[in-house]
Amino acid sequence: MLHNKSFVKKTKSGKITKNVREHYLRDDIYCGVTICKVCDSSAARLSGSASSPILVLDTNVVLNQIDLLENPAIDDVVVLSIVLQEVRNRNLGVYNRIRALCSNSARKFFVFSNEHHKDTFVQDMAGESKNDRNDRAIRVAAQWYKSHLGGAAHVLLITNDRENKRKATEEGIPAETIEAYVKSLDRRDLLDLLVRPASEDVNMEEVEDLRPSKRKVIYAEHKPLSEITSGLHQGIYHQGKLRVNRYNPFEAYVGSESIGDEIIIYGRGNMNRAFDGDIVAVELLPQDQWHEENSLSLADEEDEEEGVHLVPGSADDAPRTTNLVQSAAGPPRPSGQVVGIIKRNWHSYCGSLEPMPMPAGDGGVAHALFVSKDRRIPKIRIQTRQLGNLLSKRIVVTVDSWDCLSRYPSGHYVRTIGEIGDRDTESEVVLIENDIDARPFSSQVLACLPPLPWSVSSEDLANPIRQDLRHLLVFSVDPPGCKDIDDALHCAALSNGNFEVGVHIADVTNFVHPSTPLDDEAAQRGTSVYLVERRIDMLPKPLTEDICSLRADVERLAFSVIWEMTPEAEIISTRYTKSIIKSCAALSYIEAQARMDDSRLADPLTTDLRNMNTLAKIMRHRRIERGALTLASAEVKFQIDTETHDPLDIGMYQIREANQMVEEFMLAANVAVAEKILKHYPLCSLLRRHPTPTKEMLEPLLRTAASVGLDLDISTSKALADSLDRAVGEDPYFNKLIRILATRCMTQAVYFCSGDLTLPEYHHYGLAAPLYTHFTSPIRRYADVIVHRLLSASLGIYKLPAIFQDRPQLTSIADNLNYRHRNAQMASRASVELHTLIYFRKRPTDTEARIVKIRSNGFIVFVPKFGIEGPVYLTERSEKGGGEWFVDEQQQKIKRMDGSISYGVLQKVNIHMEVVEPQPNRPKLQLNLV
Amino acid sequence: MEYVSPEGLRIDGRRPMEMRKLQAEIGVVAKADGSAVFEMGNTKVIAAVYGPREVQNRSQQLSDQALVRCEYSMANFSTGDRMRKPKGDRRSTEISLVIRQTMEACILTQLMPRSQIDIYVQVLQADGGTRSACINAATLALADAGIPMRDFVTSCSAGYLNSTPLLDLNYVEDSAGGPDVTVGILPKLDKVTLLQMDAKLPLDIFENVMQLAVEGCKAIADYIREVLSENTKQLEYRRGL
Repeated sequence: MLHNKSFVKKTKSGKITKNVREHYLRDDIYCGVTICKVCDSSAARLSGSASSPILVLDTNVVLNQIDLLENPAIDDVVVLSIVLQEVRNRNLGVYNRIRALCSNSARKFFVFSNEHHKDTFVQDMAGESKNDRNDRAIRVAAQWYKSHLGGAAHVLLITNDRENKRKATEEGIPAETIEAYVKSLDRRDLLDLLVRPASEDVNMEEVEDLRPSKRKVIYAEHKPLSEITSGLHQGIYHQGKLRVNRYNPFEAYVGSESIGDEIIIYGRGNMNRAFDGDIVAVELLPQDQWHEENSLSLADEEDEEEGVHLVPGSADDAPRTTNLVQSAAGPPRPSGQVVGIIKRNWHSYCGSLEPMPMPAGDGGVAHALFVSKDRRIPKIRIQTRQLGNLLSKRIVVTVDSWDCLSRYPSGHYVRTIGEIGDRDTESEVVLIENDIDARPFSSQVLACLPPLPWSVSSEDLANPIRQDLRHLLVFSVDPPGCKDIDDALHCAALSNGNFEVGVHIADVTNFVHPSTPLDDEAAQRGTSVYLVERRIDMLPKPLTEDICSLRADVERLAFSVIWEMTPEAEIISTRYTKSIIKSCAALSYIEAQARMDDSRLADPLTTDLRNMNTLAKIMRHRRIERGALTLASAEVKFQIDTETHDPLDIGMYQIREANQMVEEFMLAANVAVAEKILKHYPLCSLLRRHPTPTKEMLEPLLRTAASVGLDLDISTSKALADSLDRAVGEDPYFNKLIRILATRCMTQAVYFCSGDLTLPEYHHYGLAAPLYTHFTSPIRRYADVIVHRLLSASLGIYKLPAIFQDRPQLTSIADNLNYRHRNAQMASRASVELHTLIYFRKRPTDTEARIVKIRSNGFIVFVPKFGIEGPVYLTERSEKGGGEWFVDEQQQKIKRMDGSISYGVLQKVNIHMEVVEPQPNRPKLQLNLV
Repeated sequence: MEYVSPEGLRIDGRRPMEMRKLQAEIGVVAKADGSAVFEMGNTKVIAAVYGPREVQNRSQQLSDQALVRCEYSMANFSTGDRMRKPKGDRRSTEISLVIRQTMEACILTQLMPRSQIDIYVQVLQADGGTRSACINAATLALADAGIPMRDFVTSCSAGYLNSTPLLDLNYVEDSAGGPDVTVGILPKLDKVTLLQMDAKLPLDIFENVMQLAVEGCKAIADYIREVLSENTKQLEYRRGL
């Protein structure tokens, strides 16, 4: 049956056009109930019995109560296609979740395409709004289900729309609100998952009673969308994504294309209920209000304060202090206020409830404030019936609404993770916060693995593309206890005096084939995540630790880059091949170093190691000559108790010559592969670039250096490298400190698709290499898997998978890899922070530290031994910058008024570190001056 | 954008392998020697055939076969927005050429030397797949004009969106930017006379998509045959046979 839909629509350019679309109505859409005798029940999902009803959901229920729907207690649900369509238009996040529910075979959710069914399609009626028409469609579908199933099953329409419910009852369709339905299930825990309706169904008196003082308008009303659109059009408002300062939740930035600069938004009032990541419309404040917020002070309000944290690894992690720079030169930056929110970025947050006394009369509904782990998120008001239970737990909470009468947004409880302070719970929080999938691999993924035990087969040996390199003396050098060995090396002296040097990388793509569930999963995970006590693998364990791992004394498949080098480390030729190798030794860095240093040893392996080291030193020297930066990081290493998994000791990660040797050859292999794939695929190669830092980014480094009388030349990476080399003070740690400060001014290197940028932009600043990619760790990075595929295609071994022809998709893969990579780093940092806290809980320590930044009431110190930094207060927090101390900004010093004591940047101080609990269940590390 | 829902329905409610509703009528332009209107869903095309007749421009006359000319145009009202389209733009010229070559392949031109056959096709309403609809309409009009042909030519398009091969794309699906394979076949001889695609598609997928389009062509051929035989019956009836 054919029906034409006709509607008018406004085009982008503002023209009104009439569109006519065909709309076919079918008779082969089935109801999806197993007991139905009329319909084809091959795809049926709903059990349907006289006792438990089949639920037909209204749009508002899906939109608001998705957390409840995800609970397995709710089942036998019909999701109408009109509901899905409405949900998709309103909130894509919820749409994806309901879609996931529908495709989950464990749940009984069935999508009924009511819009295309000949009996349930409804014509638009004159004068009827879109909403009314859709509500009618839902009722018609519910009615159809009722008459279709007859007495065999009970149908219940769930709607929170009063009007819809009334009409349904009139038409003889049983209808209930979601609250009433959940109450009828008699499950108290489910009630917490319910989202309170905004106002209508809640008893107003109760609310007013509970927060009588809050009944005044706190935030300005958001402007209606039509006004925002016209304002954006006229240039009064500016649109952009709001990013809240990670270290100061009362300060946010909106990157606006229309004024080409970032707009700063100070304070919750100006932020006007916007969350981090929301797309907002901003109005600029008048110029005279572009004030400098007191960015010098350590803490701004009440209990929000800066905590002790790990030293940032790059500019992306570091607190933003650019406004400080601006105060010295140029006009203040534009500041503004949020007038409306175009798109919300609400999702669920991890955290805990603010401690509060138990309300009298247990069992009632309690109102509590939820504090997120993510400091950028304001407190969230929730209602709960299990307060006593939740107070000491880490929980997940979702935001539902934030009206202008309330200081905090309101949300609802989703689930409990575990006890606060428990290591497993806190690790889980770290994973959730960073969007890391730590679930075990699904059976479909595991089905893609080769049968175990696996060994090199005769087919592999006979394969002409694979070169047999088992006769070579191949070895691997890795950190101690490393199980996923993805690189191995060999170095053989040739008869002509040259050396043959090979880098052998695990041949992961031989097992991970494109567009298999295994490949999709790996692409989604993007990288393995290393936490202090555990590792979350990108690929299943049999692959990472056995089949692909280049362990000693077993034959393994590899992808090899083999150079012929002169003793001066000049590359004569480069060769790429798939190979079979047999590693003779899996050394740790310490063992390798010991072998090289032990002059009594002269076995072939040690000789090879020494030869390699000599070559590596020349290569390294040459690379530094070109301007590669040697940047330092404050990486720390934990010794973990094997039984309890508690940290026993921490210390800085020590870098040996052996590390540098391996690193040098890996860099060389990456560069060689980058050149090769770019030559063959100039438009679809996956490369890695490191943008040159701008002058503004290096400004904090320059100011710090200037205050200690050091002049850094930042004109080129070479100049910077040289001046860093010259920066030596009487303090042996001085140079490293300067390097660490330099590192944190740089942005992170990123993956990109070569077709998206021009050749000069491919540059890798830190390595001073025009081209760079990742090839050497395919077991733990998906980028390397892609590069392996590109390389094997360029050698003509395999066909290039179809996905490489689709550039937007390739770009989205690169974006996902960057996102995952960054999250993985944040997660490992958070994990280290967590373990630092556990470590110091039992061991208050005195140690020496360096001042890295001066604030108005104290300074930030860096503790080299433990790689952490945090604030030290000189004055009590209550008396803000109170009189006694003053800051000399030019010299970066904080002085006592009488001039008796002064502290300057990079000065050494002794501090006492100890874990305190200012509030129950919230331990934190505190630093005090000794 | 979701062009095929997980339930297996396209935006307009068809399943991936389903065509739009077909509708054809013969003899709509009395003055022409043969004419037809062909509809595929909301795409509506009219075709008129003149000839075989004397060659108008002597210099173009061919001594061993008939001259086939084709003119394709879109009515100004064929799309929603009334745009005045210049006649003979690149797109129309290209489609005219495609239709001419396709029809030439099935007309027995050597039977009519020194004559000319004109095919005029105009799109009355455009909703994707105009090229195919024009070829189908031209076939009907040629048959109506009684011009000797080897076989019918029927044409149908197929595309590939959301990793699913789709038959007979409408305008929304067509403008999604995915590949659009237009195939024309001689159904009885089982030969391909037209194959167009302007996108990249891996070979194995392409074969599936093309196979789907060929199936579509065959279904159209069945329909056209039915329409023609019905038309012939009408003619017989009118002549009192």
